[in-house]
Amino acid sequence: MKVNTKPYGLIDVDERQHIHFPAGILGFENLRDYVLLDALQQPFYWLQSMDIHEIAFVLIEPKIFRPDYQPDVPSYELEEIQLTPDDSENTLIFSIVTIPENQEEMTANLQGPIILNRKLHMARQCISENDNWKTRHKIMEELSNIRNSVC
Amino acid sequence: MLILSRKKDESIIIGENIEISVVDIKGDQVKIGIKAPRDIKVYRQEVFTAIQRENLAASKTGTELPAIDLLQQKKKSK
Repeated sequence: MKVNTKPYGLIDVDERQHIHFPAGILGFENLRDYVLLDALQQPFYWLQSMDIHEIAFVLIEPKIFRPDYQPDVPSYELEEIQLTPDDSENTLIFSIVTIPENQEEMTANLQGPIILNRKLHMARQCISENDNWKTRHKIMEELSNIRNSVC
Repeated sequence: MLILSRKKDESIIIGENIEISVVDIKGDQVKIGIKAPRDIKVYRQEVFTAIQRENLAASKTGTELPAIDLLQQKKKSK
């Protein structure tokens, strides 16, 4: 199918990349259908609205810079996308990235993770009840913390 | 806004199936218990607003993304 995307214009997208958000994303509740694309720049993804081409979010897998990341999401939130807490095989976790002009300052939202049921292609923005996770984790700083702890 | 006074262990019923009770009061902090059907989402307001605001900021991200070289991070930090 053809999808008009913010980063790449009109492109061909496989049906399997369609992700349905039954409740939308907070602040964007009316937009329920997105496609998940690999960004040209690793390790990012684009979550592109199918309805409004200007609306697209950059996603990252938080484990890349926070290997200890474990959002504390109530099971009733997972039920909405037909997941159970122990179904790790079908669960994918992403964070929304905010990139300001100074890209070194980019942050990831670990408090409101995007949790995806990869079998059913359904997703939801959940709210983590764990106070360790905030809306603005500096990705480059977290990465250098990992580096320093490894070296 | 409707304003009601409640003491510890007293509660309020909203609709037919939501009950909000004052569990404890200590200084300026109030512990609130909420009994509601599972499909009613309950969030702390400041968390909800923070995520909403961050989503709005994130949606304004431009299309030029940085590339993170996960293996060669050291080179980047001059």
